[in-house]
Amino acid sequence: MSREVVITGVGAVTPLGVGARTLHERWSAGVVGIADGKGAATEFVPNDHLTVKEVRRADRFTQFALVAGDEALAEAGWSDELPYDATRIASILGTGIGGIGTLERGKEILMEQGAKKVPPLSVPLMMSNAAAAAVSMRYKLLGPCHGIVSACSGGADAIGSAKTMIECGLVDAVVTGGSEAALTPLSNAAFAALDALSVKGISRPFDRDRDGFVMGEGGGILVLEEREAAEARGAKVLGTLRGYGASADAYHLTAPDKTGGGPSRAMAAAMSDAGIEPADVVYVNAHGTSTALNDAAETAALKLALGQRAYEIPISSLKSSIGHLLGAAGAVEAVATILALRDRIAPPTLGLEHPGEGLDLDYVPGSAKPLHIDGQRPIALSSSFGFGGHNAVLCLEAA
Amino acid sequence: MATVTRENVQKTVYEALPQFGVDESQITDEATFEDLDVDSLDLAELSQIIEDEYGVALKGDDVGKIKTVADAINLVVEKA
Repeated sequence: MSREVVITGVGAVTPLGVGARTLHERWSAGVVGIADGKGAATEFVPNDHLTVKEVRRADRFTQFALVAGDEALAEAGWSDELPYDATRIASILGTGIGGIGTLERGKEILMEQGAKKVPPLSVPLMMSNAAAAAVSMRYKLLGPCHGIVSACSGGADAIGSAKTMIECGLVDAVVTGGSEAALTPLSNAAFAALDALSVKGISRPFDRDRDGFVMGEGGGILVLEEREAAEARGAKVLGTLRGYGASADAYHLTAPDKTGGGPSRAMAAAMSDAGIEPADVVYVNAHGTSTALNDAAETAALKLALGQRAYEIPISSLKSSIGHLLGAAGAVEAVATILALRDRIAPPTLGLEHPGEGLDLDYVPGSAKPLHIDGQRPIALSSSFGFGGHNAVLCLEAA
Repeated sequence: MATVTRENVQKTVYEALPQFGVDESQITDEATFEDLDVDSLDLAELSQIIEDEYGVALKGDDVGKIKTVADAINLVVEKA
């Protein structure tokens, strides 16, 4: 029998606060974590959770991963002792950019004070694998450990890669997810120069007045385990990671293929991996960035992959509440999706008042609604797409 | 740059260590860096602070020989 992958713990640090349940409850209640055109994790105080040394040894993107990781491991019941041989546990984390805040500070010091003043911690903090490394060190995980880098699909690709590692027998469990802390001057200026950021500072996915994404920061961590092993140790299972599908547009460095072909192939691959049909999907957590191009191409992709089913189910975007967390987005959205499925709720796409032309699906505008699954299994897709034409889709089922 | 005296260097080192997360009450000349949980990355930062203040560079082999807080202070004084 093939090895299945279950989720036994989740954690998150987001613009809605610290904690996965905080994220879920506040998004479902319609709270917006965006202020002054950015989704900053303002409730996150590093020293509340980490020692002075730990804070100094971690860029903000790594701090998010560590604190979300503590929450996820505690929920999984791993806090006191690892339930498996440590060499059989991996740490696989995604990020879009890595420690860009550290990079920018180092460059400022270099220019203003000279090479001899550049902090020796610069490289180990800025490297994109730093969060994966820090997680492995914090919990003494001795299995495979690396970062996954695919821009805004990094978090979802990390979770997908983790699933594959468990299925093929390479490991029995993985601490996975993604984190990002790119609310920095260079990052802001660069995304603005691309016309990707909302000038008005409003995230309103699928709305006719959407004018770009709002950048956010945070991290999401999931503990994944092989089902039989998890059940044998009596773990409380939150849900099943049923499918992962990924594809490349091979089309343009930043723009999505308008036909939605690439994302639709990733959606189809995720459903195939999960062994389900479009009729089995009861909810979609959309990528929904609030850019003109994404929301149109994603709608086209949903119609291609799901056919008539795309018109029958709720589809909503967490980015309407917290902005776009780049390489953390897919991980945080996977966390939000599994909790929404568990509570049988379709959280809302906030700020959506007038759907754009041709955007005619049920995007759950304004406020949450109950998820009526009518005897079906609580199965959802969660989509992430990234600059470079990366498409990653997860298929999740709540317990 | 500050004058290299044992007192000055000791003050610099004692003031630098808490920045790395070392408990101030644990800092004595006899304390080992291992006991203080001060590792090679912290020593690289300490070296940078000392070089900035006294123009004395602690590199490679120097750092390897340092075991205690006093070792670090004495080495700076010797090299000045």
